[in-house]
Amino acid sequence: MPLPPLPEEAITIGADARTWREAVRLAGAGLEASGAARSGYSEEMIRMIEEHGPYVVIAPGLALAHARPGPEVIKDGLAVVTLSTPVAFGHPHNDPVSVVLGLAILSIEGHLASVAELANVFNDPSAIPAIAAAKDAATVIAIMKREQ
Amino acid sequence: MKIVAICGAGIGSSSILKVNAERVLANLGLEADVTAADVSSVRTAAADAQVILTSAEFVEAIGKTFADVIVIENYFDLQELTDKLEKSLG
Repeated sequence: MPLPPLPEEAITIGADARTWREAVRLAGAGLEASGAARSGYSEEMIRMIEEHGPYVVIAPGLALAHARPGPEVIKDGLAVVTLSTPVAFGHPHNDPVSVVLGLAILSIEGHLASVAELANVFNDPSAIPAIAAAKDAATVIAIMKREQ
Repeated sequence: MKIVAICGAGIGSSSILKVNAERVLANLGLEADVTAADVSSVRTAAADAQVILTSAEFVEAIGKTFADVIVIENYFDLQELTDKLEKSLG
């Protein structure tokens, strides 16, 4: 099962974000640029973190920002943001974050297989540092597709 | 045996926990029904669960339960999942 679509326009390399909110907005901008989500999706992802805390930081250095399926989602999609300077989300173990993934899912049914592929990518502990160090979008796509 | 992975939306992070918990259980030779759910439906989703897998942020919201609540720090660390599931189930 393939990952949710990750086109180059959904990838931002070496971004400057001063806060976790700015970092999540960059991931939302990537989803908007690739046509996966509308502009309001960023604030929905931020609201999830405000409501539930920094649980989206699911591994050291990695945040998986997402909200629920809804009118702000156009189609399934992924975005990747790498940060020039890591930012803190307030997570007790996994801060600071250098890679932010944005995930948009159109419907709960059937999303599991594509999200499972994320586990295949990141169960390899070298994936997060390799993405954080990537110099271009093509390298990030190759790592996410497990081509290198 | 029933295991429920809990996150804020019931997609994304809890789905990753579900997938990796299934892999660890298969490695351990244990059979379990693993589902993913959002924290607002934890009462019904985990009513008959033996184990709840989640992040520290949700422990308070999950509240009183008969299930063993396991907090996972690194969702991609299969060794952490193995150690904590073995301790809980063994």
